[in-house]
Amino acid sequence: MSLLSVRNLSVSFATSAGVFKAVDSVDIKVDKGEILSIVGESGSGKSVSMLAVMGLLPWTATVTADEMIFDGHDLSMLSARQRRHIVGKDLAMIFQEPMSSLNPCFTVGWQIKEALRLHLGLDRRARHARAVELFELVGIPAPEKRLSAFPHQLSGGMNQRVMIAMAISCNPKLLIADEPTTALDVTIQAQILDLLTGLREETGMGLVLITHDMGVVAETAERVSVQYAGQKIEEQPVASLFRAPHHPYTAALLDALPERATDKRLPTIPGVVPGQFDRPAGCLFSPRCKYADDKCRAKPPPPLGGDLGYARCFYPLNTDERAAS
Amino acid sequence: MSDTLSAEVKMIQNRPGRLREFWFYFRENRGAVFGLWIFVGFVLLAAFAPLIAPHDPSAQFRAFALRPPVWQDGGTWRFPLGTDPLGRDMLSRLIVGARYSFFVGIVVVAVAASGGIIIGLVAGFAPRWLDAIIMRIMDIILAFPSLLLALVLVAVLGPSLTNAMIAIAIVLQPHYVRLTRASVLSEKQKDYVTSARVAGSGLIRLMFVTVLPNCLAPIIVQGALSFSTAILDAAALGFLGMGAQPPTPEWGTMLAEAREFILRAWWVVTFPGVAILVTVLAINLMGDGLRDALDPKLKRS
Amino acid sequence: MLKYLAARLLTFVPTFIGVTLISFAFIRLLPGDPIIVMAGERGMTEERYAELSAQLGFDRPIYVQFWEYLTGVLQGDLGQSFVTRRPVWDEFFSLFPATLELSIFAMIFALALGLPAGVIAAVNRGKFFDRALMSTALVGYSMPIFWWALLLIIIFSGQLGWTPVSGRIDLIYYFSNPTGFMVIDAIKSGQEGALASALRHLVLPAIVLGTIPLAVIARQTRSAMLEVLGEDYIRTARAKGLPPLRINGIHALRNALIPVITVIGLSVGTLLAGAILTETIFSWPGIGKWMVDSIFRRDYPVVQGGLLLIAVMVMLVNLTVDLLYGVINPKIRKR
Repeated sequence: MSLLSVRNLSVSFATSAGVFKAVDSVDIKVDKGEILSIVGESGSGKSVSMLAVMGLLPWTATVTADEMIFDGHDLSMLSARQRRHIVGKDLAMIFQEPMSSLNPCFTVGWQIKEALRLHLGLDRRARHARAVELFELVGIPAPEKRLSAFPHQLSGGMNQRVMIAMAISCNPKLLIADEPTTALDVTIQAQILDLLTGLREETGMGLVLITHDMGVVAETAERVSVQYAGQKIEEQPVASLFRAPHHPYTAALLDALPERATDKRLPTIPGVVPGQFDRPAGCLFSPRCKYADDKCRAKPPPPLGGDLGYARCFYPLNTDERAAS
Repeated sequence: MSDTLSAEVKMIQNRPGRLREFWFYFRENRGAVFGLWIFVGFVLLAAFAPLIAPHDPSAQFRAFALRPPVWQDGGTWRFPLGTDPLGRDMLSRLIVGARYSFFVGIVVVAVAASGGIIIGLVAGFAPRWLDAIIMRIMDIILAFPSLLLALVLVAVLGPSLTNAMIAIAIVLQPHYVRLTRASVLSEKQKDYVTSARVAGSGLIRLMFVTVLPNCLAPIIVQGALSFSTAILDAAALGFLGMGAQPPTPEWGTMLAEAREFILRAWWVVTFPGVAILVTVLAINLMGDGLRDALDPKLKRS
Repeated sequence: MLKYLAARLLTFVPTFIGVTLISFAFIRLLPGDPIIVMAGERGMTEERYAELSAQLGFDRPIYVQFWEYLTGVLQGDLGQSFVTRRPVWDEFFSLFPATLELSIFAMIFALALGLPAGVIAAVNRGKFFDRALMSTALVGYSMPIFWWALLLIIIFSGQLGWTPVSGRIDLIYYFSNPTGFMVIDAIKSGQEGALASALRHLVLPAIVLGTIPLAVIARQTRSAMLEVLGEDYIRTARAKGLPPLRINGIHALRNALIPVITVIGLSVGTLLAGAILTETIFSWPGIGKWMVDSIFRRDYPVVQGGLLLIAVMVMLVNLTVDLLYGVINPKIRKR
C-alpha cells in the first residue's frame, strides 16, 4: 500500500479569458520512504499538482481526482478541519523562495514553535528543546541564538534550512519539496539536497522533489515522473530513465544536459510549453517534437504500459530496451 | 518576414485608444459608473438650477413656515420637501445649493491643482536646496489640521464663500505638490526623459510636455478626491458660520441655520445633509473607479 | 537607526520655526487692531493705547517681536488670553485632556470596528460581505460629520432619549477634576452613577469623531490585507495546517498593520479637524471648541498659541509614528 496515491488529478483555473487546465489527468504514487522526483519546465503544472494535494490552491482553482489517498485518508473527503490535522503534521511542504516563504514579522523560532504547539501540543520548554534539536538536525550553527533571529537577518540557504526544520518538526510521513534549491547559490544547492536525502534516511519519510533540473534528479531521486504542459508524459526509475527514455521530450531533456553533450554545441528544445491559447489538438509536444507526424498532430496519444514508462507517445523511443522491472 | 510585419500592423490597428481603454477598465467597477451617473445628474442640476427649482430659493412664504414634506401630515405638493423656519422651499434651496457646491469643487480643484502641479514640477526639477525649501514649506502647511487652518485663514480674510474657497485651495495644495514631485522624480530617471534632454528639449518643454503628461494619472485621482474634500470642507466652514453667509442656500450654511430646529423639524436638518452625503459619495465612488482604471499596478494583465 | 533619528529630528527644527512664524504672522494679519479689540466697547485714551502697545511689544520692529515670541514659546510663554486673562499655555493644557479623552475613545471605536471589518472584507474578497462592508466604509468616508452628529442627536437624544445632547457629565455630579479625564475622575470620585453619566456623554461624540478614521482604517486594512494574503509566507502558514483565524488574524494582520499604523498616525490631523466640529456641536469643552470660540471672539493670543500648539502636537505624533514604524517593522529595526 503506497503512502500517497493520486489518480486522474486535474486542476483548472477560472481566468477572465476562460478555463485554463493547469494539470490534466495526472497519476502520482509515492511509497513509504521513497524519493519521487517530478520534472518539467516552468508551467508544466508540477507545482500545481502538489499544491492541490496539500490543498493550498486559491479558490479560483477547481480540483478533481478519481482518488487522492494519503496514508489511508481520502483527502478529497476530509473537512477543512480534518485536513489541517494532516497537513503540516504528516504531510509537509517546503517552497522555492525561502526568503519570502517565512513571515518577516516573527522570529524563526516563533514560527517553528507555533507548529509544535499546534500539532504536538508540547509545552513551552519542550517546544524550545525540540526547536534547538531541529536546528541542529538541519545543520544550523548556534541554534539558541538563531532561534530569535528574524528571517531577513539570515541568508537564503539558512532560511531554507529553517523551512526544512519547520517542515520536519512534526515527523512528517511525506515531505514535498518544491524546487527547494532553485533560488539558492550553487554551492548551497548541494548542501540542501544532501540534507534532504540524509533526513530521508534518518526519519524514513517519503520525499517528493519537484525540480526542473535533471542534474538534481540524477543525484537524488529513485523514481522520476516527467510532466509536460500539465500532463505526466513518462515515469520510470531513475536509472532506466537516464539509460532509455521512451518519450521524445524526456530524451530531449536528457540531451540538453551538459554532461551528456556529444556535440560542441548543447542541443536545445525549440519552442516553448504551450499556454492557455495555443494548445495543440493532438500530442501536446508535437509542435516541438522532431519525430512528430500527422497522426501526432491529429489526436492525443494515450499513455502506454508500465514497461514503456507510461509514455504518452505513439512512437516511443528505445523500445528494445524495455525496463526490466 | 512579411508575416511578422503584417501582424504588427494589425496589432497597431487593433489597439484601443487610450480613452476607450480607460473606459473599459472604468466600466468594470459598477460603483464607479453609478457614481458617475449621480455626478452627471448633480452637474445638470447645478447647471439648470433656476429652470428646475419650483420656487425662488430666497422667497419666503411666511404662512407656510416649517411645513413638513409632502408625505407627512400637513405637507403639500407645493413644497415637496417642506419649508424651512422662514417659509422658504427646501427643494428649491437644495437644487440651487448644488450650484454652490459644484462651484466650490471646480474652483478649489482648479486652483489647488494648477498651483500644486507647477510648484511640484519646480521642486522636482529644481536644485536640491530649492527643492528642500519648497518641501519644508509644504510640511509646515501640512502640520496644521486642514479644517483649522482653513478656519483661521477665513477668519483673517473675512467670512465668505470666496474666502472659504481660497482657504481650502491653499490647504489642499500641498498634496498636489508632493504627488507631482514624487512622480516627477521617478519619471526623471527614465530613459525617455534622458533622450528628450539629449535631443535638446529646453527645461520648460521637458517639464510640461515630456514629463508632466506621464505624471497625470495620480493627479487626476487626487483631483477627484479633493473635489469631494472641498465640498465637505466648504460645507463644514459654512456650518461653523465661516463660509457662505445666510441667506445663501449653501448646504452647510442651511444646516447651520437649521440647527436649533433639529428636535422639532427633522426635514430641515436631514435633507441638506443627505444632499452633501450623496454628492460626496458619488464623487468618491468615481474616484475609486478612476484609481482602479488609471493605476497600472491594479490592472489585470 | 540613531542616524535616522538624528536626521528626522533635524528636519523637525525648521518646520517648528516655520510653524511658529505662521502662527505669529496671523495675529498681524487678522483684521482689526488687537488692542482696540481688547478695549472692547468702552474704547480707550491715547495714553492707555500707547501703554498697552508697549506692554504687548507692538511698538518694536517686527523681527524683534518674532524673536521674543519664539524665545517665549520655548519657555512655555504664549501670552495671555484677552478674554480670560489666563496664560494661553495653562488654558490649553487644562482643556487638552478633554480632547484627548474624546480622541482616545473615538480611536478605540474606529480600531475595534475598522480592523475586523477590513480583515473580514479582505478574506471574503469580492463576495457579499466584502461589498457590504466596503460600501458602508465609503459612506462613512464621505460623511459630513457635523450632519452625522445632528442625525445621531435626533435619533438617540431626541427620539430615544438615551444620550444627553451636550457636555461631559450630568450637573448633579460634582467633583474636582484633577486628571482632566472625566472617565478616570468619575471612577476616582466614587460617586454612584458618575461613570455611567460620563460614558453616556462620551458615546455620541466619540462615534461621530471616530466615523471617518473608522472608514479609513477599514479601507486601508482591507487593501493591506489583500496584498499580504498573496505573499508566500501565508502559503507557508497554510502548509503548516494553521487554522484560518490564526493565519488571517496573526500571520497576515501583523504584516498588514505596518502600513495601517502609518495611516492611523497620519490621520491625527484629521482627528483634530474633526474635533473642531464635534466639540462645537456637542459643547465638549476641549481644544476644538476653544479654538472656534476664540476665533469668533477675536482672542488673538489664544488663536495664535492654540494654532501653534496643535501644529506641534501633530508634528510630534507624526514623529512618533515614524519611530514606531521602526518598532513594528522588524526589517528596519535591526538594520
